[in-house]
Amino acid sequence: MDGILSYGVYIPFYRLSGETLRQVWGAGAKGEKAVANADEDSLTMGVEAARDCLQGMEKYAVDRLYFASTTAPFKEKQSASIIAAALDLRDDVIATDFSGSLRSGTIALQLALDAVKAGAANQVLVVASDCRIPPPSSDAELVLGDGAVAFLIGRDAPIQIERSCHLASEFIDVWRLEYDKLPRKWEDRFIVEAGYSPFVKKAVSTLLKSCNLTMKDISKACYYANDTRVHRSMVKSLGLDASQIQDPLFGRVGNTGAAFALMMLVGALEEAQKGERILLANYGDGADACVVLVAGDMGNKRGCLQRYLESKAMLDNYGKYIKFRNLMEFEQTPEHAPRTSLSQMWRERKWVYRFHGHKCQKCGKVQFPLQKYCMFCQAEEESLEEVNISDRRGTLFTFSVDERAPVADPPNVLAAVNFEDGGRFFSQMTDRDVTSIKVGMPMELTFRRIHDALGVHNYFWKCKPVR
Amino acid sequence: MRTGVKDKVAIIGVGCSKFGERWDAGIDDLIKEATKEACGDAGIEIKDIQAIWLGTLQGSQQSAGGASTGIVVSQTLQTQSTPVTRVENACASGQEAVRGAAYGVASGAYDLVMAIGVEKLKDTGFAGLGVGFPGKWEPVYGAFGTAPGRYAMAATAYFAKYGLPFDEGKRILAEISVKSHFYGARNPKSHLKREITVEEVLNAPIIAWPLGLFDCCGVTDGAAAAILVPASEAKNYRKDYVTIKGLGISAGAGWGKERDDYDFTYWDATRMAARQAYAEAGIKEPNSEIDFVELHDCFSIAELIATESLLLCEAGKYKQEFTDKKAYYHDGNMPINVSGGLKSFGHPIGASGCRETYEICKQIQGKAQETSRQIKGAKTGLSHNQGGHPGRFVCGVIIYGAP
Repeated sequence: MDGILSYGVYIPFYRLSGETLRQVWGAGAKGEKAVANADEDSLTMGVEAARDCLQGMEKYAVDRLYFASTTAPFKEKQSASIIAAALDLRDDVIATDFSGSLRSGTIALQLALDAVKAGAANQVLVVASDCRIPPPSSDAELVLGDGAVAFLIGRDAPIQIERSCHLASEFIDVWRLEYDKLPRKWEDRFIVEAGYSPFVKKAVSTLLKSCNLTMKDISKACYYANDTRVHRSMVKSLGLDASQIQDPLFGRVGNTGAAFALMMLVGALEEAQKGERILLANYGDGADACVVLVAGDMGNKRGCLQRYLESKAMLDNYGKYIKFRNLMEFEQTPEHAPRTSLSQMWRERKWVYRFHGHKCQKCGKVQFPLQKYCMFCQAEEESLEEVNISDRRGTLFTFSVDERAPVADPPNVLAAVNFEDGGRFFSQMTDRDVTSIKVGMPMELTFRRIHDALGVHNYFWKCKPVR
Repeated sequence: MRTGVKDKVAIIGVGCSKFGERWDAGIDDLIKEATKEACGDAGIEIKDIQAIWLGTLQGSQQSAGGASTGIVVSQTLQTQSTPVTRVENACASGQEAVRGAAYGVASGAYDLVMAIGVEKLKDTGFAGLGVGFPGKWEPVYGAFGTAPGRYAMAATAYFAKYGLPFDEGKRILAEISVKSHFYGARNPKSHLKREITVEEVLNAPIIAWPLGLFDCCGVTDGAAAAILVPASEAKNYRKDYVTIKGLGISAGAGWGKERDDYDFTYWDATRMAARQAYAEAGIKEPNSEIDFVELHDCFSIAELIATESLLLCEAGKYKQEFTDKKAYYHDGNMPINVSGGLKSFGHPIGASGCRETYEICKQIQGKAQETSRQIKGAKTGLSHNQGGHPGRFVCGVIIYGAP
């Protein structure tokens, strides 16, 4: 039966704590939230979740890539096509963005299933990611977190989506207009009482009725809620008992928008036993609900969520957070601004986006970036075979810690990473604890936003200590 | 059959502007200051010059796109229609200018030419080098890789390879900077004139770990010039002229640092350029046949590794051969950068190669401006500059000597 072949998740390295917010604003709840690094956005986090999802899978079998987010980095210009390139997918995939709604992730998931069911695609990769900026000093500041999930949808899947129910509504509660950086909203009680609560209840009850199930048949319930109070208020009205509630990760990751309910689903799948049924319910411009049946075994997939939850570093001050999200105007120096060249990036796309290197057929050496002649034996380009090396791991050969480079998360750590199977990547190191960097430490690659130059986001790869 | 330029070309005059943050001087003022002194030293006039080579990375960084053609010289010196060739090989641009001028003379095309190196860096409105901005070479590859950040990787690698504990490695580097400042304080034209102590170096703020403030050269304005003639005619101008013994330029492995067999502890282009120059000069044992060296010490680690890569000591033996013996002082076995070097005299990028020519000629002529740093009996001096960063260098080496 059609369903989920694989899943992946990504939670950024940094956390912002309520304690830090309390120091700045005089008030702040307990707990923390996940914060995208300065070089991350919903697109790059989506790439990481998708890479996690595709581990051990055949990525060239993917026919479609659906990217869902309310915070796509470009207003005009697809994110999905850049993600597809970073994942080194085939170029004849349908890549498209789903946007505008917190429900875009679950809608994309449903449409992916429909495409597989209809025989229009064999495998669809669904990526949901969000990096929403809460208004500073608002209650939402510690609630909205950053993160991403990915699901590979296909045939003969170990995890099946038995039935689903969808409601669309013109209800307006949260929105952003073209030039809004921060989300706007109507009164909280109106949102919950007139929108969220009735829509979710209706979707869930309709769903359960349609497949002759009751809440007792559900092992875990994964449902969206704006914050922890609203989440708790639904326990009773949905008829759940405490053991059925999937941890929404408030106080650890936060509400990750389009990825939020789906990240709970990943959490539930990580611990689910064969035969269990999971309820997934999402909200935004209406509601969705579906029953997910664990029909088979996910094998070695488990553990990715826990790994990302545990591997973290606290943002030690609010100033860094301001810089990461560009919430203030900073000193403008006459220093040369970063620059880019889209035509050059296009010519070099095979290594800039896809991270292809060369393996020399004459001397066997792996090299990056792509070369005109072998950098070891000077063999002609025809002897150089293009290979994807983005998933290789390596060790740190040497590094420096530049305190003066104008980066958003100083200092700038420059690194030379030697890959396990040969080849070297000279790169910036991200997501690192500067005090614990050591020659020889294990490294992996990550897709990041290098800078915004000439008004365009410029993406490339960096290295980071293995998380 | 090629015969090289050994003893075919002579330097009959050198000039050097005051180096520093020259708020008072534009690129034209710097060029005039250096060339006027060089012409006076040679006893010639500007109108006698038949061709000019200008070495500069970006000329004046204020000019659009950083480009400067030879016109910056002709309009300053009113040379009218004299040929001026602008050459650029990053920090080896000064060497490249001397090389072009030397070949112009050696070929018989000209019998009186000038090489100029100049850089006006302090008109940009910000501290540091304007060339370190992201996207200089590639839009995203190596972005934000500043010069200190890139050279610091070599220090980390050198410490790791030779098992130097951090404190010991830092101290070896600190001694180099102390020496540079010692001589900067004894050179009237130098940029940095304050002597410093090892403790000051070790306690200074970090710029790019493991390099601190005093491990890095500053940003300096300056110009230097040399007048070249066929060696056979040199005695018509002066007795104590200096000849070129050998020169080498190496554009090293551009993708050197990307090779997983490169370990960041040697400069390949420096080794290659040095071998070319030694071969042309007929030098078999550089350590005994070279009397003193002016080399590219934009960072303390750059001086350490360049010393080894110029084959002046075995790789990894710098501490024993130079630090412990204080061999690099003017009264040591192999005086290095007793001008103050790039570190303290200053490093206006395109000027440095010609500035080294100036220092070497003055030393050989026994005319170091302050006798306290005059090397006794100096006959053969080596000038070295390299542009780029570890694993991606273009390097120039020129050996000068008494005829």
